[in-house]
Amino acid sequence: MQYDSIDILLVEDNMDDAEIAFRELKKGHLANNLFHVKSGQEAISFVFAQKKYEKKYKKRPALKVILLDINMPGISGTELLQQLKNDETTRDIPVIMLTSSRETEEIQKCYDLGASSYIIKPLNFDAFAHAVKDFGFFWLLLNEAPTTRAEL
Amino acid sequence: MDYNAINVLLVEDNLDEAELAMRQLKKNRMNTRLLHIKDGEEALDFIFATGKYDGLRDLQHSPDLILLDIQMPKLNGIEVLEKIKGDERTRSIPVVVLTSSNQNPNVQRCYELGANSYIVKPIGIENYTEALKRLGIYWQILNIPPG
Repeated sequence: MQYDSIDILLVEDNMDDAEIAFRELKKGHLANNLFHVKSGQEAISFVFAQKKYEKKYKKRPALKVILLDINMPGISGTELLQQLKNDETTRDIPVIMLTSSRETEEIQKCYDLGASSYIIKPLNFDAFAHAVKDFGFFWLLLNEAPTTRAEL
Repeated sequence: MDYNAINVLLVEDNLDEAELAMRQLKKNRMNTRLLHIKDGEEALDFIFATGKYDGLRDLQHSPDLILLDIQMPKLNGIEVLEKIKGDERTRSIPVVVLTSSNQNPNVQRCYELGANSYIVKPIGIENYTEALKRLGIYWQILNIPPG
């Protein structure tokens, strides 16, 4: 895999949901540059080229979007969001929060921390697949990504 | 008009493009209450309830989405973006920046200022309409705005 050509990072601990997301994006030919990690800690290692990712790149991937599940063991989605927004090499990457909850306080907190968008995971399989498709089309094809490129 | 009930604010000086946007956004979702403002200064008056909008709305009932053309005469869109994202009362309102051309220098600046998204308007009515449809599906339906 071309690590430095990855443009979407999916941070999701639920393997079924990750599988659906991958399959939908693949159908839209958008999955080629998708990378999936199962935890916040692994996301940090990946994004900042640390630990097992340290020797994989010539340069860090120029991510167009990060899709991030809020409810994860270990480092939570909101903690990860904070870390991404506190670093100037990752601060401008659109981060989309993915959650099962409609809790207003949590929504507001994510926006306050700098999330670009907040999506509730549909419970229905087809609706979820559909949402992934719309998501992919918007963030990978229509939205213009920021131009920061972090060189190692 | 109940300015507290506005859920989409469109800030666009080009009337043809505004017309297309309004039509498509209203089609995307029922109950779309859209306000079209043609210049940046008036947009800020609306958002902060000043000037002609003084007393006509309160900041607790913000739109769910602002579409902001950044190439406008008078006060330019980037300054509008800066003011919206620079004030904690309005900073979390989703702002989708729109531009007519690949003025790439602005992309970075807009993201730095806190734009949620940046769209280059495709050329041609059909292409632009399709983009608006996609934009609407995402921001009017899929995205959950802040409380």
